[in-house]
Amino acid sequence: MTVLAVLALAAGTYAIRLAGPLLRDRITLPDRARELMSIAATVLLVALIATSSLTRGAHFAGFALPIGVAVGGLAAWRRAPFVLVVVLAAAVTAGLRFAGVS
Amino acid sequence: MRSTWRTPDPALLRDVLAIAASVAVSGASFGAIAVGSGEPWWIPSLMSVVVFAGGAQFMAVGIVAAGGSPVAAVLAGLLLNLRFLPFGLAVGEVLGRSPVGKLVGSHLLTDETVAFALAQREPARARTAFWLCGGTLFVAWNAGVVGGTLVGRSIGDPAVFGLDAAFPAALLALVLPALRDRPTLRAALVGAVVALATTPFVPAGVPVLLGLVGMLALRLPVPVRR
Repeated sequence: MTVLAVLALAAGTYAIRLAGPLLRDRITLPDRARELMSIAATVLLVALIATSSLTRGAHFAGFALPIGVAVGGLAAWRRAPFVLVVVLAAAVTAGLRFAGVS
Repeated sequence: MRSTWRTPDPALLRDVLAIAASVAVSGASFGAIAVGSGEPWWIPSLMSVVVFAGGAQFMAVGIVAAGGSPVAAVLAGLLLNLRFLPFGLAVGEVLGRSPVGKLVGSHLLTDETVAFALAQREPARARTAFWLCGGTLFVAWNAGVVGGTLVGRSIGDPAVFGLDAAFPAALLALVLPALRDRPTLRAALVGAVVALATTPFVPAGVPVLLGLVGMLALRLPVPVRR
């Protein structure tokens, strides 16, 4: 990476990040619109969770990763502490890989 | 508006520290991978301070390491980060009213900070969660990267520790409460399917944005029985 490339990525990323809060300031949104925004953020997060647990690049990520995430998700659903959720997911995935499951 | 700040409770602090630990190890692997692929020692650190977006950083360094041009690396990283725009629209309020708060807080918009803020019911708690999480993760990520560049390749592949599962699982735990709302759940599931189905065909970062199509599911008639 050249310094110029790093700075370009930084400037672009910052502009993207700043745009939301600034736009939000300029316009007063009705309650329903605000509710829709936060639903949209949840939808984006779930899409991110799905792609980052099931795919690597353009391919299937293998079984170890989604199984670990699913076990963590199940623990979260049963209201396990957050720390346990994170550790369980990593441990299950690492364990499966150690056992030879990709 | 400035009085709405809550002292962070121990539970919130503990959750933030849990995710900070995994972010620090990811940062260390980023530093190690970047230096290992031939970058000078200061590039990963500079990048981590000014870009502060793990996914885009891994991707940009990976593209250059694979022989891609810096321009391609920058464009791919920006595409991946485009989701921060809707995120900023959704949680913009937690940054507060002051211009300084907005300028600094915007840099701390990440998947984790947004998820932490959204998971809180009251605005005051959301604000505390956002700033606590953002500040802690910024320190953890950058400290991890410095450590990784120093230790170098001996850290190895973070996948061995299953850290790639920690990130989605943490986000999942944070969004679960919001998914108890049926229409939100429906929109999110449709969005996830769209994102997964389009992943093989479009550049990284685009599938997640296409997941917004799931918002249309909010308009679907609700089945009478389920």
